[in-house]
Amino acid sequence: MADAQSPVPEGTAAKPFPPPVFTKIFRQVFTVTLTFIGLTAITFIIGRVMPADPVLAIVGDRASREVYEATYIQLGLDKPLLEQYWIYLSNVLSGEFGKSIMTTRDVLDDLIRFFPATLELATVATLAGIFLGVPMGVLAAVNQGRWIDHLVRVVGLFGYSVPIFWLGMVALLIFYGWLGWLPGPGRLDVYYDGIVSPDTGIILLDAAMQKEWDIFRNALHHLVLPASILATFALAYIARMTRSFMLDQLNQEYVLTARVKGLSPLGVIWRHAFRNVLVQLITIIGLTYASLLEGSVLTETIFAWPGIGQYITTSLFNADMNAVIGGTVVVGICFVGINLLSDALYRLADPRAR
Amino acid sequence: MALTGPPNADTGARAWLLSSTPQSVFQARCQRVYLSWRAFSRNPIAMIGLLIILTLLFIAALAPLLTSGDGTAQTLQDRLLPPSAEHWFGTDQLGRDIYDRIIWGSRITLYIVTLVAVIVVPIGLLIGTVAGYLGGWVDAILMRITDIFLAFPRLILALAFVSALGPGLENAVLAIALTTWSPFARIARAETLTIRNAEHILAARTQGHPRRGSCCITSRRSVLSSVIVRLTLDMAGIILTAAGLGFLGLGAQPHAA
Repeated sequence: MADAQSPVPEGTAAKPFPPPVFTKIFRQVFTVTLTFIGLTAITFIIGRVMPADPVLAIVGDRASREVYEATYIQLGLDKPLLEQYWIYLSNVLSGEFGKSIMTTRDVLDDLIRFFPATLELATVATLAGIFLGVPMGVLAAVNQGRWIDHLVRVVGLFGYSVPIFWLGMVALLIFYGWLGWLPGPGRLDVYYDGIVSPDTGIILLDAAMQKEWDIFRNALHHLVLPASILATFALAYIARMTRSFMLDQLNQEYVLTARVKGLSPLGVIWRHAFRNVLVQLITIIGLTYASLLEGSVLTETIFAWPGIGQYITTSLFNADMNAVIGGTVVVGICFVGINLLSDALYRLADPRAR
Repeated sequence: MALTGPPNADTGARAWLLSSTPQSVFQARCQRVYLSWRAFSRNPIAMIGLLIILTLLFIAALAPLLTSGDGTAQTLQDRLLPPSAEHWFGTDQLGRDIYDRIIWGSRITLYIVTLVAVIVVPIGLLIGTVAGYLGGWVDAILMRITDIFLAFPRLILALAFVSALGPGLENAVLAIALTTWSPFARIARAETLTIRNAEHILAARTQGHPRRGSCCITSRRSVLSSVIVRLTLDMAGIILTAAGLGFLGLGAQPHAA
């Protein structure tokens, strides 16, 4: 098939210089560097240029003249803007985000403490979204136009258009307030707090490694509600995209050929059509994962989940600019990193994209 | 568009609208609107959508008639009441009527969406068409900037902007706009690239239109349809982002909220 489609005539195989792989890698590195510079430039502008007086934001309006001036010099505000940016960039590169006013610790330390909670939540939610959303999408595509297809589409529309914070509060009201099936906000019940040492910071992993199964169960119970709420969005998006990709494939001629050859319907769907869909799904899943890392801001606020989203919002209300900017940079880097990874996986999985 | 409902078949209006030889530019335009309306009204999903939007617009426009107050009156002895005949949706923690507040709140939502759309579309179109038409290093720089904004998580960026500018409705709009324009620039660039060498652009140029003007003006119409599709898709996202900011306390401030 590849031969029939390839328009390149034979005999033009002279090796180009530099080899295309290197050009690709170089281009990728270049793009990433540029995106990173842009990302830090934006956060720099937000943190240092836009506030009316960044010094006042730090010292408060009751500080004495000396303190004000010392902070002014310390922030390097007397230097030209480009030099300030350069200092900021080198600080970010060495993980130096400054001190948080709220927690009086280094922002980096805070981020290391808070990030695993978000990672845990977003990962479980994405996994739930994949394991439910993909079969739903395939089922809907195979039964196009029937009730199951309509059901999946309605679920998709619902998950897409209902605000996550509303869903979270209603779910909390029903499953925690009325039915009492699930525990309330937080990652663990209070009496389990601080028993497992945070090796990875992901409680499920830590508890499993230290064989504290009670804590594992408790953490899992606490995770169910926020993760399901977050997963509705992932599920809706993944199911919708799987459906449309699958429909695309099922209408192709090779599927018809496979059917004419007498392959079992399940074999045609899963072994032929779905394998082609899988490649496209990688990108979608990557996008979802990244957006869940971000979307967790609202979920974390509702469920008092001590993750990076909650850290950013509470810092915001305490005018803790260092923490906000540090969190923003980290989430931005994750976003870019995941997009890059899914791009690379896509190339790896799809021979046509290589 | 909604005004040109299908007229009665007996009147001359329908014949006038369907005549194959329009007598004036005005008639031809009316015909085009009528024909697209007919195609549109045959699609049940489109009609349902239109109905929902019209209802929303009516509710927002008629807010003073539909409510007894502007939703800011506090009656502290009526705090947190369940829905009743007097308070259809109940009352909040300050004894304000939630039904009234929702009706009045629809105005704020529409205001945010409209304002963001009005800010975002021209910026996106301008950057995209300029990048697509000029090409070269202008294109490279503009598209890298677009990429950076595309790569950034939306809500977090909006949060950071609002935190720097201070909470408030206008700043929320500005923050959302800053995070929303990039896809429009991408679309506009892609469309401009495809029609850059199209014949009608060449024709406009040979007629002596200035080089840049011709492309930007004539391409706008063909770009617009994709932009409208994207905008309608994005509006839901804009409302959700605004709602998220509002939930965190960074959107509309009291007493509007």
